[in-house]
Amino acid sequence: MATIELRDVTKDFGGVQVIHGANLSVQDNEFVVFVGPSGCGKSTLLRLLSGLEELSSGEIYIDGERIDHLPPARRGLAMVFQSYALYPHMNVLQNMSYALKVAKKSKQEIEEKVHAAAEILQLTELLDRKPKALSGGQRQRVAIGRAIVRDPSVFLFDEPLSNLDAKLRVQMRLELTNLHKQLQSTMIYVTHDQVEAMTMADKIVVMRAGNIEQVGPPLELFNKPANKFVAGFIGSPAMNFFHGQVVGVNNATYEVKLENGAQFTFTAQNSNLAEGDEVDLGVRPEDLQPGTGGHGTMAGTATAVERLGAQTYVYLRSPIEESMIIHHAGDLDVQSGEQIDVSFDLKSCHLFGPDEQRIEFEG
Amino acid sequence: MANVIKKPGDLGSWLMHIFLGANAVIMLYPILMMALSSFKTNKEIFTSPFSLPRSFSLDNFAVIWSQTNVPRYFINSTIVTGLSVLVLLVVGTMAAYALSRYKFKGNIMISLFFLSGLMLPLRLAIIPLFIQLKALGLVDNLLGLICIYTAMSLPATVFIMTGFLRSLPSELEDSARMDGASEFRIMVEIMVPLITPAMVIAGIYNAVPIWNDFFFPLIFIQSPEWKTLAQGLTAFFGEYSVNYGVLYAGLTLAALPIMLVFIVQSRRFIAGMTAGAIK
Repeated sequence: MATIELRDVTKDFGGVQVIHGANLSVQDNEFVVFVGPSGCGKSTLLRLLSGLEELSSGEIYIDGERIDHLPPARRGLAMVFQSYALYPHMNVLQNMSYALKVAKKSKQEIEEKVHAAAEILQLTELLDRKPKALSGGQRQRVAIGRAIVRDPSVFLFDEPLSNLDAKLRVQMRLELTNLHKQLQSTMIYVTHDQVEAMTMADKIVVMRAGNIEQVGPPLELFNKPANKFVAGFIGSPAMNFFHGQVVGVNNATYEVKLENGAQFTFTAQNSNLAEGDEVDLGVRPEDLQPGTGGHGTMAGTATAVERLGAQTYVYLRSPIEESMIIHHAGDLDVQSGEQIDVSFDLKSCHLFGPDEQRIEFEG
Repeated sequence: MANVIKKPGDLGSWLMHIFLGANAVIMLYPILMMALSSFKTNKEIFTSPFSLPRSFSLDNFAVIWSQTNVPRYFINSTIVTGLSVLVLLVVGTMAAYALSRYKFKGNIMISLFFLSGLMLPLRLAIIPLFIQLKALGLVDNLLGLICIYTAMSLPATVFIMTGFLRSLPSELEDSARMDGASEFRIMVEIMVPLITPAMVIAGIYNAVPIWNDFFFPLIFIQSPEWKTLAQGLTAFFGEYSVNYGVLYAGLTLAALPIMLVFIVQSRRFIAGMTAGAIK
C-alpha cells in the first residue's frame, strides 16, 4: 500500500535521452499500466522506479518519502520479470524464500510467509520442484509468489504475460486482477498489449518515445484520447484517420474538407484553428457505418472481408488510396472487390489539429 | 548425430560404429598395455609382451612404495596441481565475472590483456621468469610452480568463463538485486552455481597439462624432495631402466588421478562442452 510520485524524471544512456521529464502520481491501491510501442521507455521507467537503473535527474517519492537514492531492495518494491528470472538451481521453496533469507528473517517467519503465498497461488504441491520442471504458467506464479513473500508496498510487473500462450494469458490476466483485489496493494504493470492495459488497469499511462502522452482510466483514454497517437494506439482495430483542411472559419464554426472529398462543419469554442490548417478526423472502425447518411459519406473498395458471424471486418481502400477498416456488429454481406459507401456521425468522431492534439468540438 | 545414424542396422551406422570402435581401441590399447605391464615381471614383459600377466602381482607397486621417491613426487604433483587449479578457478572466475557482467572503463583493455596471454608461449620468457622467481626466493619451491601455473592458465580460464558468464541472463542479477543480495552474494549464490560445468571444463582443461608438465619443474626444481611426478619419473628411468615392470607401475600411478577425475566429471565435462548448443 503506497502512493508513488515521479517528478521530472529523466534518463539518458550515453548522452541519448530516453525519458524526457516524466511526471506521474499513482494513488494507493491503484493498478497502473504503462503501455506503448517497443522502445517507448516504459520498461526503462519501471527500472528507474525499481532502482535497477539510476535516474539522470528528477525525484521519486513513495508515500511521500524520497527513495531515488536507495538501493532496489530498500525501496519496498518487488518486481516480476518478463522471463520470470527464477534461479534455475533452486527449487520453488528456495526461490520464494531467497529474499527473506537475504533479509535474515527467522526460519519460522520465512516458512509462514512462503506457505501463505504458496497457498494463494496454488503452489503448495510444487514447492520442491526446480523451475525447469514447471510449466510456463506455474513459473509465472512462482515469480509472483517470490514478489508476494516480501510483502512489498508496490508490485512492479515487466511484461509478465508475454511469454505465455494466448489462452494462458487470458487466464493469468484474470488471476492477476483477482490478486490485486486480494492483496490490496499498488501495482505497476508494463505491457505493449493494449488489451491487457484496457482490461486490467485502473489507470493507463500511454507512452511514446520517452514521453508520457496521456494518463487516465481506460475508457477515458478510449473516449477522449488527448492526441492522435493515443487515439491510434488505444482501440483494436486501430482508429481510421482522414486527412483534411480547414476551408472556412466563421466565428466558432469551422468548415473542413477532407482529402477524399467529404465535407462537414463543426463548432469549437476554444480553438485557434485558422483557414488552411491541416486537421485529422479520427473515426473508430465501429463508428463507420455502411451506407450513406450521417455527417459525411466516403466511398471505398473492399480489399478484404472477415466475416466472423457475430461481427464483420471490412478493409477498404478509398479512391485516394486511404485505407480504412469498418467493424460491423453482426454479419454484413460484402464481397471483396465490391465498392461500398461508408458514412460517419460527427458525434462519435475525434478531431486533431495541426499539432496532433485533440480539438473539443460539437458537430 | 540423429541425421548420421538413421536406424540401427543400416550400412552407414555399421561403418560409423566400426570406425568409432577402432578409434577407441587405438586410444585405449597403450593405456591398457601400460596398466597390464605394471603387474608383470621384467622377464615376462620381454618374453610375452602382449599377453595378460600370469598373476596380478603387486610387487612392482611395492618396490615403488618402499624403494623409490615416487610417493613423494605424487604428493608434490597433487599439491601443485590441486592448489594451482583451486587458485586458478577462484581468481579466474572472479576476473571473468567482472569482465563479463560489469561495464567499466578499461574493460576491453583488460580483456585483451588476458587474451594476449593466450597467444604468447610462456616458455619464451623463461629466462626473465627465472630471474624474477629467484629474486622472490621461489626457485626450488612448490609455491613458485603454483604461481607459474596459475598465471599461465589464467588467460584460457578467463576466456572459457567469460563466454559462459556472458550467456547468463541479466534478469537473474536484477532479480537478485531486487531481493536485496549484495553483488558478491549474487556472484557466489546465483551466478557461480550456474556455471559449474564451465568450471569443470576449465579445471580439467588446465589440470591435465599442469599434472603432466615436465618443463617448469625441470628448470625450477632441483632438490629431489620437491620434484613432481613427470620430472621424477625420468630420473627413475635411468635408475631402473632395467626394470620395466617398476617403470610401468610408476607410469600407471602417474596417469591414474587424471583418469579418475575425468571419469567422475565426464558427464559434466561433456554437458559443459555442448552447453548452449541446443536450447
